Amino acid sequence: MSHWYMLTVIGKDRRGIVAGLTHALFEAGCHLGEATMMRLGGNFTIMLMVETEARKKALEDMIEPVTESMDLSWHLDQIEGHLHQHHLPDVCITVSGADRPGIVAQVTGALAEAGLEITDLESDVAGSEDQPVYIMQIEGVATEGIEALRSALNVATVSTIDVTVTPIDTLIG
Amino acid sequence: MSVLEIIAYPDERLKRESDPVTVFDEKLSSYIADLEQTMRAGPGGVGIAAPQTGHFQRIVIVDVSGRKETPNHGPLVLINPEITAWEGMKTGREGCMSVPDFTGNVIRAERIHLKAQNQQGEWQEYDMQGFEARAVQHEVDHLNGILFLDRLVSRRHDLFKRKVYQDRDN
Ligand SMILES: [Zn+2]
Repeated sequence: MSHWYMLTVIGKDRRGIVAGLTHALFEAGCHLGEATMMRLGGNFTIMLMVETEARKKALEDMIEPVTESMDLSWHLDQIEGHLHQHHLPDVCITVSGADRPGIVAQVTGALAEAGLEITDLESDVAGSEDQPVYIMQIEGVATEGIEALRSALNVATVSTIDVTVTPIDTLIG
Repeated sequence: MSVLEIIAYPDERLKRESDPVTVFDEKLSSYIADLEQTMRAGPGGVGIAAPQTGHFQRIVIVDVSGRKETPNHGPLVLINPEITAWEGMKTGREGCMSVPDFTGNVIRAERIHLKAQNQQGEWQEYDMQGFEARAVQHEVDHLNGILFLDRLVSRRHDLFKRKVYQDRDN
């Protein structure tokens, strides 16, 4: 009987991390599911669904040498994994402005209150050392409608933050 | 009338180019009725192309008239459609009945000029914009063996493009 695991891997970015890790998993007979892999602040980060019939210990013993060889730290959790369970996001919220403490908590707090279920959130600090700019892109399902999100953000945000709420009209054809 | 089976990716037949329709008869009308029923049976489908049902003729159906605030020409049967002009570009989210459980961003022309034959074989011309124009471009791609997967752009890097478009729309 096979199980799903969530494998989290973090390390200083270098060429060949994805190839090295996925090759080792393939050789060990693992099946890969959904994943996000991204460079964050000079680190390479991976969250990867892995399905295997092997026991957790066997999987760990396989991951250890390959991550060790590339100086990566990692973590493995057994999860209730299911594929084909995507929620279709119907709204995209972009937030940008001068970087300041609390911006994420403030915006996401207001959105949660107004019924947003986040499916995807990505943020970046752009600009320069002197003038950092915070940019966040959130996608989700507006369970109480998009107007509810707009009004919540009007109240919650200050004029120095630019917030755009755009419906995602998915064309199915 | 009957609901036809939809071919799903990675079936190679989705890459096949469809042939022009040359005979406008009862058989064609009856196939089109089935095609329309198939489109309506899919959840949220606003368009369908004949090759999605394994029928390799240049026929598409598009109907965005059920959507709020969407400029449209009503339910359309487009036979041998040809897009003759493209204008503007916009990123939008698409999915496909032939690619279940996946959506992605695709750049399409915002406005198109289209000519196509109707079920009687008469040529018609249309100026289309927005969602309807996007639907037609998606379906015409199917006639040429192209899927939206072939045109995906990153979700992450369209932030500023999207903002510019929005300012212009307002
Ligand atoms: Zn399609």
